[in-house]
Order: sequence, then C-alpha cells, then structure tokens
Amino acid sequence: MKEYILKRLAMLIFVLLGVSIITFALVRAAPGDPAIYLAGQHATPEKLEEIREKYHLNDPIYEQYLIWLKMALHGDLGKSIQTNEYVTREILHRLPTTLELSLFAIIIATIIGIIAGIISAVRQYSMTDYGVMVGALFGVSMPVFWLGLMLIFIFSVKLGWLPVGGRLSTGIELHRITGLYVLDSILTLNWTAFVDSIRHLILPSVALATIPMATIARMTRSSMLEVLRQDFIRTERAKGLSERAVVYKHAIKNALIPIVTVIGMNTGILIGGAVLTETIFSLPGLGKYIANAILAYDYPVIQGFTLFFATVMVLANLATDILYVYIDPRIRYR
Amino acid sequence: MEKTVKRRTRTQDVIRQLRKNKTAMFGMGMMLVIFILCAGAPLFAPHDPNDSDLYRGNRPGFWSSDHIPGFWLGTDYLGRDILSRILYGGRVTLSVGFVALGFALVMGVILGLVSGYFGGLADNLIMRFVDILFAFPALLLALVIAGTLAQRYPDVSRITWSMVAIGIVYTPQMARVMRGAVLVIKETEYIEAEHAIGSSTWRIIFKHVLPNSLAPIIVYSTLMLATAILDAAALGFLGVGAQAPSPEWGLSLSIARKYLISGVWWAATFPGIAILLSVLSLNLLGDGLRDALDPRLKGGAKL
Repeated sequence: MKEYILKRLAMLIFVLLGVSIITFALVRAAPGDPAIYLAGQHATPEKLEEIREKYHLNDPIYEQYLIWLKMALHGDLGKSIQTNEYVTREILHRLPTTLELSLFAIIIATIIGIIAGIISAVRQYSMTDYGVMVGALFGVSMPVFWLGLMLIFIFSVKLGWLPVGGRLSTGIELHRITGLYVLDSILTLNWTAFVDSIRHLILPSVALATIPMATIARMTRSSMLEVLRQDFIRTERAKGLSERAVVYKHAIKNALIPIVTVIGMNTGILIGGAVLTETIFSLPGLGKYIANAILAYDYPVIQGFTLFFATVMVLANLATDILYVYIDPRIRYR
Repeated sequence: MEKTVKRRTRTQDVIRQLRKNKTAMFGMGMMLVIFILCAGAPLFAPHDPNDSDLYRGNRPGFWSSDHIPGFWLGTDYLGRDILSRILYGGRVTLSVGFVALGFALVMGVILGLVSGYFGGLADNLIMRFVDILFAFPALLLALVIAGTLAQRYPDVSRITWSMVAIGIVYTPQMARVMRGAVLVIKETEYIEAEHAIGSSTWRIIFKHVLPNSLAPIIVYSTLMLATAILDAAALGFLGVGAQAPSPEWGLSLSIARKYLISGVWWAATFPGIAILLSVLSLNLLGDGLRDALDPRLKGGAKL
C-alpha cells in the first residue's frame, strides 16, 4: 500500500511537470511581449527592460521555463494584466465561491443520484426505473448553461422565488471569515445572511449538479444490480432476511464502492461546469474569472488558473484512487 | 439433403442487434432528422437567418396571439426568425462537433494503434503524454487552446480553432480506448497465425487489427460526439467560438440571456432544446450501439 502511494506520488510529480510545460507553452504561443504581462500594460520601456532582466526574458526558452517554474513553486504566478493584482491572491480570494458552489452541487448530486439509482435498481423494469433512467439520460445530455437560463427564467423571473444571481442580496452584511458565506453566516450567527446565501446557492448548484447526478444515478443502478445478483445476497435471502434488510444492510454497502470513483471522476466536469454556471449566475468565482481572462487575453491569469485547476484535478484523482483502496478490501495495489 | 448454414458477418450481426434496439433506432432517426433539417436549412428555413427588422423585434411565436404569421418560434431582439436561425445555427454547432470528433478520431486511432501494437518506448511516451492531457479539465483546456490560438492567428476563423481545440481535448480518450482494443486483439490466436505465415506488420495492422478494434471506437465516438457538441455550444456561449452574427446555438443562447429578464424566454429556450435533442439522440444511439456491439456491457453505466 505504502509502495503504491509512493509510486502514485512520483507519477503525480511527473504529470504536474508535464502540465506546467504545456501551460507555459500555451502562454508562450500567445503573441506579444511577455514582459508586458508581468509589468502591466502601462509600463515604461525602462521598466519593461528591467522586467526582462529580472525575469530573464532574454535567456533561452528552457531557462525561462525553469525560472517560471521556480517562481510558481514559490507561489508567484505573476500579476493580472487587467487588475494588476497577484494571480495567487486572486485564486485564494475567489476559491471559496467556487468551493462552496461545487460542494453544494456534489452533495445534491450524490444524495439524489444514489437514492434514485438504488430505487431504480430495486424496482428494475418498473415505471419508476424507466422514469429515473430517462431522467438520467436527459441529465447527461443537458447543456448546463441552458438549464441555468431556464431555471433563472422560471424561478427568478416568472415566480420570483429565488434571486437571479450573485452571492448575497444588496444590503445584507456578512463578516468574511472563510469566504464560504454559508459557513461564515453560521459562525457569526447571522441568520439573515445564512438564509440569503442559501437562497442564492440553490439554482446554480442545481444546474451544476445535473450531470454528476445523472452519472451517479446510472452508476449506482448498475452497480446495485450487479451486487443484487451475487451469491452472498442469495444466501442472505435464503437465510430468510427481509428484502429490506438485504437491500439496505448488505447490498448498498457493496454497491457504493465503485461510486466513489464516479464522484472523483466528476471533478473535471465540475470545474468545466463551474466556468459556465458562475458566468450565468454572476458568481465571482474562479470559473467566471478565467472565462473573462481568456476573452481579455490576460495570460498570467490563464496560466496560473489552468495550472491550479489541473493540480486540483490530479490531486482529486489521486485521493479517489487511494480512498478506493481503503474502502474496498479486495483491491490491493502494488 | 444438405442444409446450408447461413453465415453472417459481424457487421450484419451488429446491425441486426441494433435494429432490434428500439431506443437506439429512435436516437438514430432523431439524429438523421436533425441532420437533414440543418444541412438542408436553405430549403427548409422559412426566412433568411440574418434578415432583421427592428419593428418585429422580440415577438413571441405561435403560442401567442401577438405573433407574426410565418414566424412560428418568434423573433429575436433584432427581429430575426428564431426557427430559421436554429436551422442555420445547427450547421455551425454540429459541424464543430463532427469535425472536432473526426480530428480526435484520426489522431486517437493513430496514437492508440502505435501505442498498443508496438509497445515499448513509443507506448510509454504516448501514454505519458495522454496522462498529462488528462490532467486538464476538458472544457477549460478547450477554452484555453481556442482562446490562445484565436489570438495568435486572428485571420483564421474562430470556428476552426474551436474544432481544433475540442479535437485535441478528446484525442487522449480516443487513444486510450483504441490502445485498449488493440492490446486485446494483438494477443488473439489469429494474429499469431498471421505472424506465423509471415504477413507483414502493415498488413496485419490494416487488415486485422484496425477493423477488429473499430467496435469500441464506434461506440465511444458516438457518445463522445454528444459531449463534443455540448462543448462546441459551450465555447460559443462563452464567446470563444463563433462570433456574431453567426446563428450558432451557444452564441444565440448567450445573446438571448440578456433579454430573458424582460420575459423573452423563446429566444433562449429553442436553441437550447436543439442542443439538448441533438445530444440526447446521440446518447440514445451510443447506448444502443454499445449494447449491440458488446452485450456484456448491457445495462451498464456510461461514465
């Protein structure tokens, strides 16, 4: 086990190095003088020359890469061209918004997806089963950005139940501690802000949850059907255990193992979805920021955010695989 | 009297299986209808997609008494016919998806074949590269590539860069699937027999390995075409793909978004339904194909 984790960590370093090379290459493929990205658009020629010296932009390209990598490892990803703010600071400042949205989405997707999948499997070929499967099919085929717009139209514009976008209504004050507004409002016992931030989270997290929810429901169903066919379940039934006990005590425990992987594999979908969802609901998170940066060709931001997202994804995959080994005693990696 | 056993090829077998699968046939039919309607847009569209008239801007369609005859799905903010724009827009969105997938298919099949068949250093290099590309969230990588390329080569249409970007993003998945299939076939006895009778490597690859590894690739391509279309529309929606006045579906949605608050729901609803139906039909077909080509996976989950 230890050996496996060490091997995976070595692999992780290799992949991250590759990711950094590709991110660096993408930015260097862009036109223009990189000194301007670092110094800002209004820098004087002297300042630019100083920057070129400082960041070794006159050196060969591989040396430049090494310098950039060294800076990135020290948490310095340069400054945004648009705001002149440090990219690392922007990431840290915006992360809570995206994190809160993704956590809500993954909780909704997991709970509803697993329940729907189990019901579907237990009543295979019933109307409920077909309903869940058709729903899941629509779920995986859904353009997230369109669903977001439809939710806004129905629940905000027509019914007026929920806000159109943003994180808090104007006029509501909240002391920022973690940046996760729901948590902050609990910590400061600010119930008005608590209710308000949840109301703002409902529509975007439902939109973001759709695709993961559908894949989790499909996976739960097939995994559950597989387990229900196995010998030990037949033994449980033969022992005279009630169907309820068979399903809830024994089958589910075994059926949930592969679902961990599916949840882990949805990290990429969640990040891509966050870009779209945050844009639609005007949430000041990482996704909206990088979408804007791409349109404005703000290269330090694109570079920094891409590196950050890829790192998150690689770590999430690693965590999923290790977790998988822990919960499934049948698997022993070497 | 001798009875001849009717022999069926694998392809005929698959077609038979597929024809029995009603949902797959339904998906295929739906895709064909969408495809024909969009390809034949000049024939079917009631209006010129760019014919604007501000006096008939944001008017509802057939469901309202306020509609203009002949504009069944209403008009957008410039008074352009939404139905015609959807038909023409499909040509853009669907071509981006199809070309991107074709790109990924060709690249993925070549990389997967080389990697799986020859193994060794080539396999190691290709697969490590694939691992690295996999570390990027798909839509984000497509966005960054399309955005950067468009800035570098402003003369080339942004639609072309969307195709390339999505193609690059899907290549690693295709390569992995192909490699897996090749590895299985390489070990079979008839390939061993080919080696024994002294067939050349190229003959073995093109006559035996390639045709026999196509089944998983076809299933995968269908399902991936569905997501490629979603991504094509997403790039348009985020402003990196097609540019105004293109009737591209994602772009139409992002423009319609501004008028949603004032109650103009039809401009945003119908292009979205077009995307949903295209993707849905391909998912139906892909699931059916998978069941027909690989009965062991029947009822399995799509990941």
